[in-house]
Amino acid sequence: MLLSRKWLNEFVPVDINDHDFAEAMTLSGSKVEITEVEGAEVSNVVVGRVTEIKRHENSDHMWICQVDVGDETVQIVTGAQNVSQGDLVPVAKHNSTLPGDVHIKKGKLRGEPSNGMLCSYKELGMTDNDWPHSIVDGIFLLESDPDLKARGLKPGDDITTAIGLDDHVVEFEITPNRPDCLSVIGLAREAAATFQKPLTLQEPQVKGGGNGNLTELLDVETPAPDLCPRYTARMVRNVKIGPSPLWLRERLRASGVRPINNIVDITNYVMLEYGQPMHAFDYRYVKGGKIIVRRAENGESLTTLDGNVRQLNDTMLVIADETRAVGLAGIMGGENSEIVEDTVDVVFESANFNGTCIRRTALALGMRTEASAKFEKGLDILNTLPAVNRACELVELLGAGEVLDGVIDILNFVPQPKQLALRPEKINALLGTQVEAEEMRRILKTLDFGVEGDTVTVPSWRGDVEHYSDLAEEVARFYGYNQIPTTAMRGLTTQGGYSREQRLEQALGTACRSMGYDEIITYSFISPSYYDKIRLPEDAPQRQSMRICNPLGEDTSILRTTVLPSMLEILSRNYNYRNKAARLYELGRTYWEREDGMADEPKILSLGQYGPEESFFTLKGTVEALLESIRGADISFVAEHDNPSYHPGRCAKVYVGETKIGVLGQIHPLAAANYDVDAELYCAELRFDALMSAQGADPEYVPLPKFPAVTRDIAVLVDSDITVSALEGCIRTAAQGLLKEVALFDIYTGANLPDGKKSVAFNLVLRSDERSLTAQEADDEVALILQVLEKDLGATLR
Amino acid sequence: MKEQLEKIKQEALAALTATKESAELEALRVKYLGKKGELTAVLKQMGKLSAEERPVIGQLANDVRERLAAEIEAQKKKLEEIRLEARLKAEALDVTIPGKRQKLGHRHPMYIALDEIKDIFVGMGFTILDGPEVELAYYNFDRLNAEEGHPSRDWSDTFYFDQDSRVMLRSQTSPMQVHAMETKPLPIRILAPGRVYRKDEVDATHSPMFHQVEGMVIDKGVTMADLKGTLNAVMEQLYGTGTKTRFRPHHFPFTEPSCEMDVQCHKCGGVGCPTCKGEGWIEVLGAGMIHPKVLEMSGIDPEEYSGWAFGMGLERMAMRRFKISDLRLIFENDVRFLEQF
Repeated sequence: MLLSRKWLNEFVPVDINDHDFAEAMTLSGSKVEITEVEGAEVSNVVVGRVTEIKRHENSDHMWICQVDVGDETVQIVTGAQNVSQGDLVPVAKHNSTLPGDVHIKKGKLRGEPSNGMLCSYKELGMTDNDWPHSIVDGIFLLESDPDLKARGLKPGDDITTAIGLDDHVVEFEITPNRPDCLSVIGLAREAAATFQKPLTLQEPQVKGGGNGNLTELLDVETPAPDLCPRYTARMVRNVKIGPSPLWLRERLRASGVRPINNIVDITNYVMLEYGQPMHAFDYRYVKGGKIIVRRAENGESLTTLDGNVRQLNDTMLVIADETRAVGLAGIMGGENSEIVEDTVDVVFESANFNGTCIRRTALALGMRTEASAKFEKGLDILNTLPAVNRACELVELLGAGEVLDGVIDILNFVPQPKQLALRPEKINALLGTQVEAEEMRRILKTLDFGVEGDTVTVPSWRGDVEHYSDLAEEVARFYGYNQIPTTAMRGLTTQGGYSREQRLEQALGTACRSMGYDEIITYSFISPSYYDKIRLPEDAPQRQSMRICNPLGEDTSILRTTVLPSMLEILSRNYNYRNKAARLYELGRTYWEREDGMADEPKILSLGQYGPEESFFTLKGTVEALLESIRGADISFVAEHDNPSYHPGRCAKVYVGETKIGVLGQIHPLAAANYDVDAELYCAELRFDALMSAQGADPEYVPLPKFPAVTRDIAVLVDSDITVSALEGCIRTAAQGLLKEVALFDIYTGANLPDGKKSVAFNLVLRSDERSLTAQEADDEVALILQVLEKDLGATLR
Repeated sequence: MKEQLEKIKQEALAALTATKESAELEALRVKYLGKKGELTAVLKQMGKLSAEERPVIGQLANDVRERLAAEIEAQKKKLEEIRLEARLKAEALDVTIPGKRQKLGHRHPMYIALDEIKDIFVGMGFTILDGPEVELAYYNFDRLNAEEGHPSRDWSDTFYFDQDSRVMLRSQTSPMQVHAMETKPLPIRILAPGRVYRKDEVDATHSPMFHQVEGMVIDKGVTMADLKGTLNAVMEQLYGTGTKTRFRPHHFPFTEPSCEMDVQCHKCGGVGCPTCKGEGWIEVLGAGMIHPKVLEMSGIDPEEYSGWAFGMGLERMAMRRFKISDLRLIFENDVRFLEQF
């Protein structure tokens, strides 16, 4: 909402600088985005009178002018052809500025000194709409505009003041609960309360007396009363379409609205001033003299003022005559009833429409307008009559036509004044203040609330006020939010802290980071095609994803059931940014649809890495360390050959006891290729809920060994397909209680071994808790182990 | 004999100080002090001496032995010192060669900002609450006083999973207020961070997914002054003691009165600069007193209880904290970005 301060001053005189004005308004609830001074980029430009003009001797198109600029007469060369002796023109003097960062300095043009520049209105930053009486190309002849001529401008006058390009404009961000503030009067009321100044409002006075009987000429029906609570209309005959006077054009321009012609400008002026959108129709196109405010028919179409053909349906409201729609209610008029040069009779519509209907229609048709933006927030139903009268008053003021007596006013909904109890003690209790009841009453009165003792009557335009807490806000706004004291929290002490789940999340994150993994954040939504990229079969349960009905695009159209595509996307991005290596983790949610349409949202700890140092075993080491960090007991890894996203020979499921924690391995080269990566990518997906149940109890101290250990290395020759875990398991079962640790230290396959065999070497630590072991005891234990290895797995000592 | 002893002493001392190796020194010790050493040989001749001479020479011989033993010990120490010095010199390193280090992982900057906030509130007796992202419009809107027809419910703003606009991706963390009111005993102090979703195209300041943190207090006698006092204290912890704040009226359907909180621009101290877009203040959060209707809908009597709540965007918080210029960096996850924090 752009507010002209000149316009504001017609209702409430506020004479302080823009900065202080903006701050005070912001702190009382009308947030100022920015303030601007019109013509701020124009400096040292004055009104000048051309006293003499002659041809430039060395040019076939230039003129040399002597220009009276008030305190002196200067020579200026111009290339324009529309200047004559005696003309009043804008003169950009030596060292002046114009919009667009233009600096004017004196100089010579083909040998003749020129002490500045004569300006067009475009060079002053203005448009054809601002100066309908003046020619488009050439120097702005100030007296070509009758209103400017009437102002009696003198050489030397500052141009911005002279032509009214000196308004101060304040842009407000108005919250959706305050549509009343989308108007000059609404903001004037706020300003009056903010600065404690009187607000002057005048009731529009319409003389009327135009030739004809309104009820005979016009009939209005509202067959959809729920969507049109009120329809008010007046009629103007013998209209003379033409430009609006300068003062009106200035107000519109400052408010960001383009002047068009007097009738259209009046509707815009009233909309800005009263906040009530207006529409003007050409009466001759209202067939049968009948306006019907009805739901559109499915399949009906209408060409709106902007020239677009709109396809309508029965959720939308149209203004129609007996034969066809002539306007889209509350949004935009139809081309077929537009005000044109030869319009003679005009109907002014000032109606109240259902906000939700208008909003949905505007949204569906992709055409949010000034009018619809106001209607959608819900407007004051009592405002339609003063607004239409104001329009008619302006018609008479401008001499733009003859207003007929009478008003058509259909009221389908009679609003009852809302009354609330003023509860000063409750308001103070809510705010933590001690504002006197009398002060509360004063504040409410300045906002035009009716106050009788402790009964408050809410003004019709304040649909947002329904409750004592709303009154509390009104009081707080003008008492001052920043006057409210600050107090520390009181009351019962509560135990703050993190849950076990939250602490585990933190612990896992810390463990990942300690191993060099950076945390990432990825989107919860993905494209269905990402399931193809990770090679999920058509019937994979993960493809049963929740689909967003109205996604931004295909890439963000479903909720992920697996975090793998998200991780791969980020690994791929880093790889393709030529980052040498990456270790990444995320604790992210997946989303599984439930019977009730909602979702289970299990969290997955995902790990991903690539780089010269990385292998299956670096990833596995990380997973082992993570499980150790949560004291998971009985950890095992089982080869997984048929997970389509992973390398069939480099993938494992990980278990803690019987609980499957997740999967880890090298990404299948074909999946990696789908992400434009030709290197080895390693990923793990670990279920957070499983990690939580795998978390071991708090550790209990185990006494340190009192006796020394004996170590023995063994290397055995076995068939290649015997796994290390099988060998290790066998060693542990075979041992008779002295074996404390088994650690693999070498696997060898090579030329000097028989085909299909490998050599596996373990370091064994043996110890007794009762005594120092003798070498013999250790050797006996090892011999036993070797016996069992040979018997069970065919492993022979090398 | 006296001369002999004197001579041995002089010879030995001279030889001693000339030694360079500990083996050499050991050889000297054997040569002079050993069982077959020169001193022993001299002492063996003691028998030939007179009774008067014997104690004198004996004394002298002992002195020489002690002196030599002490000198050998001193020389030994000296040689060891020399050897150690040489070794240390040989072992000297170029300490400017980079260390061999374990790469450290980094917390995502958004979570660093969140962790700080969580810790502050936990210290004030808040518990951290986690909740569903796939949410009922009933919780996201209706129960928060944003009835049917409220613009934020539009399909242009919010993601839905069904044509009836029943199930949606939460557009704010505020439904956690309602979940807390339904499940927690009074008084309530909760903080609920999490992902939220809005239909915004990706650009430097927008993302269809982002994070918010919601905070709420409900108790008897809770006032707007408490809201201000608590949030001021939080800002002082986040931005430093003496941080100036201001509160502006605003509108949210589920709080009344509502406000937005600004902190004075740290860069210009409130004068106005590009960081604060000339305003001197930077908006940090929205807050307000919980709307009595919202309390009522959750079965809490607004005549007895009152409460306040706030909601804050975390990405903006993190971006301010770390001077990150573009929101897209947060979700791009380039390690060169991540490893700066």
